[in-house]
Amino acid sequence: MSDSAVSEVDSPPATGEPPVKPRRDVAKLVRTVAWLALLVVLLALPLYLDAAWLKAGQYMMIGGVGAIGLTLVVGQAGQLSLAHAFFLLAGATAYTVLSGPAGDDRVIGFGLDPGLSLLGAVAVSALLGLAFAPVAGRLRGIYLGVASLALVFLGLYFGQSAEELTGGTSTGRAPAPFSLFGFPFTNDGPEIALLGVPIRQAERTWYLFLLLTVLAFVIARGAVHSRVGRSWRAVRDNEAAAAVLGVSVLRAKAGAFAVSSAYGGLAGAMTVLWFDILKPDESEFGTYGINVSIAYLAMVIIGGLGSVPGALVGALIVNGLPQVLALYSADLGWFSGTGDGALTPILVSSFVYGAAIILVVLFEPGGLAAIGRRLTRKRIRRPTPEEK
Amino acid sequence: MNTFLQLTVNGLGKGAVFALLALGFVIIFKATEVVNFAHGSLVLFGGYLVVVTRDALGWVGASLVGIVSAGLLGLLVERLLLSRSRHADANSLALLTIGVDVIVTEEIVRRLGVTLPFLGGAWDAQPFQVGGITLFRTHLVALVVAAILITAFWLAFKYSNWGVAMRAQAENREAAALMGIRSSRVTATAWLVAGLLAGVAVLFIATQDFSGAGLSRGTHSIALAAFPAAILGGLDSTAGAVVGGLVVGLVEALSAQYVSFDFSKSAVFLVMLVVLVVRPSGLFGTRERTRV
Repeated sequence: MSDSAVSEVDSPPATGEPPVKPRRDVAKLVRTVAWLALLVVLLALPLYLDAAWLKAGQYMMIGGVGAIGLTLVVGQAGQLSLAHAFFLLAGATAYTVLSGPAGDDRVIGFGLDPGLSLLGAVAVSALLGLAFAPVAGRLRGIYLGVASLALVFLGLYFGQSAEELTGGTSTGRAPAPFSLFGFPFTNDGPEIALLGVPIRQAERTWYLFLLLTVLAFVIARGAVHSRVGRSWRAVRDNEAAAAVLGVSVLRAKAGAFAVSSAYGGLAGAMTVLWFDILKPDESEFGTYGINVSIAYLAMVIIGGLGSVPGALVGALIVNGLPQVLALYSADLGWFSGTGDGALTPILVSSFVYGAAIILVVLFEPGGLAAIGRRLTRKRIRRPTPEEK
Repeated sequence: MNTFLQLTVNGLGKGAVFALLALGFVIIFKATEVVNFAHGSLVLFGGYLVVVTRDALGWVGASLVGIVSAGLLGLLVERLLLSRSRHADANSLALLTIGVDVIVTEEIVRRLGVTLPFLGGAWDAQPFQVGGITLFRTHLVALVVAAILITAFWLAFKYSNWGVAMRAQAENREAAALMGIRSSRVTATAWLVAGLLAGVAVLFIATQDFSGAGLSRGTHSIALAAFPAAILGGLDSTAGAVVGGLVVGLVEALSAQYVSFDFSKSAVFLVMLVVLVVRPSGLFGTRERTRV
């Protein structure tokens, strides 16, 4: 969205510089090994952590998936979106409706397979994002941001009024428990144990969310490094120039919005599975409210606009902090105050990410991604003449 | 017909308050090209200071303190944060104000806790009948106050040195600087004025008549409706802010009555979307042109 946002792709070495190919290969290898090591750790964690910590981790992964989607549209394509909470609600509702038992006289359900419903939820959200494209295509910058805010308010009204779909604000409705090809992600079904650790609902959901996060990550990286990502960045940097180069500006914008809302929808479906209830908000402040749109924007800004790994780190901070603080406070007796003016984990996290946004914009517009890039570059690559 | 008339008058009263808020947005945008997402927190801050000081100073004194402190908070944000990063582009700075908004709002909501005080003056919650229609005094006072403030602003904008400097800077920042206009002073006063207007607005928002709710997170949400007001009129048009504010007030009042209360908040944004699709820079905003 800004010129200062650092593009995801490494800048090519300056002309006249002898190719630094072997070094680059080493760097790439180191990076791949690091990612694999991280994956192994994440796969092993359920064997050591108890259910409460796994639940916290799952919440961070929800944030990760949503934030990746938002960083694509805001950071890569330069389209400010405050509508992410709306797409979360759309995905959550679509999953619950599609997978809900048919024949309930209070709420509508189609009784579809949960795996299929998850795909359906992603598709519905993507279509809604596409439907917003005619508006997004005409607007720029801050006008677009506020226009997208309108979707959150429409979502609020939809949640309150379409009770046959959402279950209404007072009771909500329960989503169908997730299962894939007949394998349930609950405590039912076959008893499995890994190294003596029973793999039950918390562990199974962890692996499901991890799979979804990895998929989301790989697809986003693919998009960023491909022709699609280049067209997004071209539109971000200069629409007129992009059009001259043969990029269809409208299509690039619409595509970015559709992809981002698909990610939002997936995060929404994950949210509803995590809470185990779909409950639309009563005011602008809630599970699918403006505060959520802002929290996702915070993840993306903190991580560095346009950076996919940065979005994951941002999610770790913004979604992880309240969870981790709550878990620690149970042990240490923090936040024991209740009632008026009490500090809660959520409040403290809000302060932290509010301050983090300010600090990032003031001192490091590239966010954590820029810091990370600088650190790794120093370690494993000979500096190019520009950097000396 | 009577209902319609009543809704129109009350809608205009609400609209006048939105116009004050939207005018603040527009002033800041014209001076700096930054959209102030922290406007709602300026509103809350002014209101909170009224709550804190009114036992000691009485309503009038406390209101003045509230108005001034909202203005000072605006000034503080500009001096401490925005002026330090003049080279960041306007969009990044808009994101920065989101961070400010989160911190200020959360802290004030925490301090308020479960007490949701009303801030209205002696005229709050005293509806009266004129020719078969019920009018709320708060809305009438709001209309009068807004009319006075907007006229005063317009005169200052048109004739005072400050207004000329501000318009020059909005037209062309570099040229204005070369003509000896102190850009930092223009920017700072813009934030100050916007904060003052927000401080006035909260006195009408946190009342029985306007929202039926005291100072709370809800006040911040209501202040958000000033966004569509400013965008509707065009972000760089002061006249647009006033028109946008009135449109938002009317749409909200009418849709709450004829459709449903829940719908009224969305209706405002829906109208804004329609206007934006037809005119992407708002009703009175300058159209962006791209030259190749």
